[in-house]
Parts: sequence; structure tokens; C-alpha cells
Amino acid sequence: MLGSYWESVAIFTAINCLMGISLYIPMMAGLISLGQGGFMAIGAYVCALLTKGNVPFGLALCIGGGAAALAGVIIGTPALRIRGIYVMILTLGFGEIVRVFFATFEPAGGASGMGGIHPLTELWQVVLATAAALLLVWRIRHVRFGRAMIAIHEDDVAAEAMGINLTRTKLLSFTLGSLIAGIAGGFYAHQALFIDANQFDFMRSAVTFLYVILGGAGNPFGPIVGAVTVTLVPEMLRVVQDWRMTVFGSLLVVMAIWRP
Amino acid sequence: MLLQQLVNGVMLGSTYALIAIGYTLIFGVLRLLHLAHGEVFMVGAFAGLQLVLLRHFGPLVALIGGLIGSALLGMLLELVAFRPIRRRGNSQLAPIVSTLGAGLVIQELMTKYFGAEQTAFPSNLHSLVYDLGFVTVTGTQLFILGAAAISMIILHQFVTRTRYGIAMRAASENIEVASVLGINVDTLILLTFAVASALAGIAGVLVGLNFNAISPYMGIDMGIKGMAVMLIGGLGSIYGAMMGGLILGMGEVLSVAYLESAYRDAFTFGLMILILIVRPTGLFRAGLNIER
Repeated sequence: MLGSYWESVAIFTAINCLMGISLYIPMMAGLISLGQGGFMAIGAYVCALLTKGNVPFGLALCIGGGAAALAGVIIGTPALRIRGIYVMILTLGFGEIVRVFFATFEPAGGASGMGGIHPLTELWQVVLATAAALLLVWRIRHVRFGRAMIAIHEDDVAAEAMGINLTRTKLLSFTLGSLIAGIAGGFYAHQALFIDANQFDFMRSAVTFLYVILGGAGNPFGPIVGAVTVTLVPEMLRVVQDWRMTVFGSLLVVMAIWRP
Repeated sequence: MLLQQLVNGVMLGSTYALIAIGYTLIFGVLRLLHLAHGEVFMVGAFAGLQLVLLRHFGPLVALIGGLIGSALLGMLLELVAFRPIRRRGNSQLAPIVSTLGAGLVIQELMTKYFGAEQTAFPSNLHSLVYDLGFVTVTGTQLFILGAAAISMIILHQFVTRTRYGIAMRAASENIEVASVLGINVDTLILLTFAVASALAGIAGVLVGLNFNAISPYMGIDMGIKGMAVMLIGGLGSIYGAMMGGLILGMGEVLSVAYLESAYRDAFTFGLMILILIVRPTGLFRAGLNIER
């Protein structure tokens, strides 16, 4: 149907959509994470190690996502005591720690990376996961938890006064985001077939940030639009590919100035 | 052996401190995180290197070149990526977005121009070795220590003695009151960026001399570490940043010497996260009161 090249592009696009959504969910509750690459790394490594041990892919994905979610709880708990800029620095530091950890973790190849991962990711799986995640963020606004997140984003003191459990809502949104990032990491590992710690560095987190901002942080389709644009446009236009970061970086500056 | 490591620690720490002071100056006045500050540092290193390679100048000229190059870039960033946003009202997210974008652009442009590989940073100071009995220091090390110390002394004089320095401190207490008192805020912010970026440029050249190699990607790492140092010292505190830099430099050098080199970065970020959890205002003073 699709050529294998375009199929691979489609898979990476869908994975990037998942990453965009994973950042978007905590952002709905006003938590801005600059460490999504770290959660993705956890998912990727855990999942790849499991499938190497002949664990079925679906189960491995769940465990990988679960491990990332667990990290989300651990890092999210202190993040509740702090706000704004501190959360960003905290998540940024967390992402770096994860990178350093996997770069020195010998069972997973250490600095030389881990190869020989089975090619298990298929397009329909990633698309299905993305659709499910999208459905989740789309519907979440209509349930109590989602409304609570939005209320916190607007004004957390007022939200608390209205009886919203700040701690639980923030932590849950953060954990949900890291779960999705972990699953995206699992898909990524079984498509790229080779992973090393530097694939999940600050640039990964920064580009994830790019998806959400470019697509528009105001609605659930924003991260999808952003991820698709950022991933597909360079594939189609060679000029853009060569100057990718210059183009998207300038776009970020322009968007920051002209759109609130 | 230990003493030798301490000298190395002070050296590394003083470059961290220079970067962190830049962060903290900008944060103090604007309450904003400047995510392209690491790139400003990197550009300073390259500006210095160009002077050494193309004109065969000594390290002092390279230092001045890095300082000027970074200061100009910093001011450009303020004009392009900060000022238009300030004009449109205050948002926490917008400046993060714009500096992140600007950083990506700078990094890619530098990679295109200079190549992604590491470049050696030649210096005529390496051959000089002084044996002080208990420690040996090379000419490069002395130069780095001296330059860092002099920069910090000048900065101290600047913020305590000069009109502009005092205005800068006033603005970091409360920028609105400062503007009511007749301080031209726009000029002051531009000046803050120039000073902060000049310090980053100095740090860039010093790091180039120290590790004898620079690359367009060095900015990310240093940028993040500078942020960690600022946090350790307390956001907005200049002297905290100096102390934080020294602590981090010492800690890194000692953990490389006595544990394993891979733990170096783990030490940095571990300390940073610990401080965030236990004492978000930093180690040395109550810090600025930043709620959001």
C-alpha cells in the first residue's frame, strides 16, 4: 500500500503525535515539562529489554509505559510543591539524569547504545494508540478530572477553593503524560531498532515542546497538527530539511511574539 | 592529589559561576528563564577561537573577542526575542518559547558554518608549567583562574559602585518601582543582557582553553548546568551563583576523581533535584520571592 519508506515516516509521525499529546496533558493542568525525552527513554529501554527477553510486544509496551508512569509519579510528587519555572528546571534536570543513567547502564549497552531490537512496531498499532490518546484528551475536557485540570491552569488558588484536589489532579495529569511518552518510546525503539541515550536528550524534549506550541496549545488537535507538520514538512521539502531547526526555531520566536 | 583536584574544581567551578551569574542577572531583572543563554556562551567560545585561528592572537584577545561577540548576541536576543513579547504584556510561556526557538536557530546556524565536529582550541599557554611545590598549575589554568576572578571582581564593583549596577539591583528588587524612580527600564534590560552575555562569552573562551575543544553542541550542556548552578545559589542571587558554581565544580571534579567519570553529570542533576525538593529558594539566601 504505502512504500516502506513512507510507512516508516508515517510511524515516526504517529509516534511524534503521541509525544505531543504526552506533553499536552500536563500542560492542560499548567505543568510545563521540558523532560518528556526522559520518559520516552524509560519506555524505550524497558520495552526493548523486555522484548529481547521474549516478552510479547503488547505486554512489554504496557510495562514500558508503566515504568515511565512510575517515574512520572516519582518526579511529579516534588513538582507539586513548586510552580512555573521551577517545574521546568526540575523536569529538564530529570531528563538529563535519565540520559546519563542510560548512557552508563551497561546491561543496555551503555554509551554505545543498544541494537538488535526486533522490528515489531506496525503502523496500525501506532495509529490506534494515537487515536486512543487523542480521544482521551478530547473527551477529558468533558469529565470532572479534565475540567479540574483546566481550572487549575486558569487559577490554582481559586480551583483549590472550589474543592478541587490540587495534588491528585496535577499528579494524575503528569503521570498520564509520562505514561503516553513511555508508550511512544516503546514504539520508537521497535521501529528505530537501535537506541542510544543521546536520542532522548534535551533536543528531543525541546522538539516535543515545538509540536505543542506550533500546533497551538489551546486545543487537543494542536499537538497532532504540530507533530505532523514538524515531521512531514522536512520530508517533503529538502530545503526545509537542511534548515529544519532554523525554520522551526524562527517560527517559535514569531509565534511567541504574535500569538499569546 | 586532593589539592590538585581542588584547583581543577575551582577552575571548572568558576566557569560555571560565570554562566550562572548571567542567568541570575537576567532572571533577577526580568523573572524569566533565558533558554538560549547556553548558545550565547557557545558563540562566545567560537568568536574567541576565530580570533586565535585567523589572526593568531593570544588568549587575552580571544577573551575580549568572546566577550564582545557574546554581548552583541545577547543584546540582539533581547531586542528580537524578549522586547516584543514584553510589549505585548507578560506571559510566562512566551519568552520560554521564543528563547528556545532562538537557541535552536543559533545552534543550527553555528553547526552549518563551523561543522558539527569538535574544533581544537590552540593556545600558547599550555607549555608553561609552574610547580608550586604542592600543586602544579599550567599557564592555561592560571589564566583561567585569573580571568574568572577578575571578571567577578569587576562585576562586584559594577553592581555595588556604579549607577547602572545599582539600578540593576534596584530593578531586580522591583522593576516597576525602579521605573517609577526614573530608571530607564528598556536601557537597563539591554545593559543586563549585555553584561550577562559578556560573562557567558568569557566563560566560553575559558572553557575552550580548559578542555582544548569546542563544538556547536557545547551550549546545551553548559546551559543546563548554568541553570543548575543558579538554582543551587538561589534564583537572582549573584553571590549565590558564584558559590554554587564553586560547589558544583568541586563536586564534579571530586566525583570524577574518586568515583567514576560517568557520575559527574549525575552529581550535578542529583544535587539540583535535591535542592528543588528540599529548598527551592537555593542554599544561600531566601532568594527572590517567585510564585509563578
